[in-house]
Amino acid sequence: MATAALSALCSDTALIFSRYARQTLRSRFQMLFGILMPLLYLLFFGPLLTDLPLGSKGDSWQVLVPGLLLQLGLFGASFAGFAVLIEKQSGVLERMRVTPVSRLALLLGRVLRDAAVFVFQAVLLVLAALVMGLRAPVGGVLIGLAFVALLTVSLASLSYALALKVNTPQEFGPTINALTMPAMLLSGLMLPMTLAPGWLDVLSHLIPFRYLVDAVRAAFVGDFASAHMLYGTLVGAALSVVAVTIGTRVFTSAGA
Amino acid sequence: MAIISTVGLARTFTTPQGPVAAVRGIDLTVRPGEIVGLLGPNGAGKTTTLRMLTTLLPPTGGAATVAGCDLVRDPAGVRRVSGYVAQSGGVDPNLTVREELVTQGRLYRLPRAEAVARAAELAADLGLADLLDRKAGALSGGQRRRLDIAMGLTHRPAVLFLDEPTTGLDPGSRADLWELVRRVRAEHGTTVVLTTHYLDEADALADRLVIVDRGVVVADGTPRDLKQRHAGSPDATLQDTFLAITGHGIAPDESAEPGGPLGPTASAPTAA
Repeated sequence: MATAALSALCSDTALIFSRYARQTLRSRFQMLFGILMPLLYLLFFGPLLTDLPLGSKGDSWQVLVPGLLLQLGLFGASFAGFAVLIEKQSGVLERMRVTPVSRLALLLGRVLRDAAVFVFQAVLLVLAALVMGLRAPVGGVLIGLAFVALLTVSLASLSYALALKVNTPQEFGPTINALTMPAMLLSGLMLPMTLAPGWLDVLSHLIPFRYLVDAVRAAFVGDFASAHMLYGTLVGAALSVVAVTIGTRVFTSAGA
Repeated sequence: MAIISTVGLARTFTTPQGPVAAVRGIDLTVRPGEIVGLLGPNGAGKTTTLRMLTTLLPPTGGAATVAGCDLVRDPAGVRRVSGYVAQSGGVDPNLTVREELVTQGRLYRLPRAEAVARAAELAADLGLADLLDRKAGALSGGQRRRLDIAMGLTHRPAVLFLDEPTTGLDPGSRADLWELVRRVRAEHGTTVVLTTHYLDEADALADRLVIVDRGVVVADGTPRDLKQRHAGSPDATLQDTFLAITGHGIAPDESAEPGGPLGPTASAPTAA
């Protein structure tokens, strides 16, 4: 019984994943749009930092690129829920919900598609960064991509959950904006928080993304056994467990 | 032997302004192979009732079974035996007819080859065979509606729920759709429950009408019965009958409603 349910969940998830993966592949624009903002930062903001003392190990690219990778995940995945709002309005979501398809698969299939899309975009961003002058250990870059996947899974789950709860894009968009902008500034995505005055540094420790970006920066300079790495992994894993649990609750509750 | 039966099925929504009883208590019995029309003004609770019967919305009161499956205890069973076509349809306009039909088969857990075969079969049956590679968004209103219904019939459900199936269609497409619903019932014995606020549709298509007003069933019978019983003649118009039953027209014009409660007309007997 349990294995039958599990195999149904896996095949339903694969079905939902491939439906939305095909949707993404049909739209090159959608596939590449997400990297536009971090790419602009890389090209026009990155060169400003090369000679500045940033108070951390490694050169400016090893500080900036990890931030841009997580920025990609933060802004991209947070808005993932818009697709669910559109499907709610067109009736696609309800049509799927009256079939026996696993409710959890409706969430997981989408979330895994998002993770695949943003890891792909992150790879392109790293390639562009290499051209700009980034040098980092391969293992560190791979860890960075894993953190992008973890962050995407977390934020996309929360975004889909919020999209199921609100009724209009007018409620959804401003809520996401109000959460992502401070999260970006307070987590030190652009410049490390080691530059910050004490109060700002303390405040930024309340933002989970701070630990993720510190971990990826540590990975990019080869500090694989550092405390930053440990805290980042723990916070990232905890965040994804909490987020997927919330997403699952919302997707499986009958009235959503 | 009823294929659908509900007792006191109710749904109250909690809103910032306090609880709102969308459906106060629906008692409904549907026999296998019947076409039943839920008729009532906008806001009467028709769609909420269908959303409960299709497991999209948990009831806050009462009980129901659909084809032997208990709505609350076995929602997965209800999903297997029933199909639902929402008013908004539910196909992605950017996908082709073929892709949506095949995916729908897969959502009903058909193996891929069977889902492909079923898509072709449904397309042939519902006059969509030449449109399989067209995007759903490029279909006409009538074609689009046939696709919606094909999606709902994918798993050969015993019961098909249609929410305002002809809203927005031109008269020719509406007549075609009525014909299609009758044919589905004739060929597969499918029980059909549809909501409408078109009196001509209710009159032409439904074997039996269930008139819903302010969240309760206020009358139930064949169109001819209801006309005889409430408007005094089998030749009366359904509009007059509806007015006699509910005390107001089908149009959701609040100002035209009398101030009183549902009144004695609410006590019409419920046909078994």
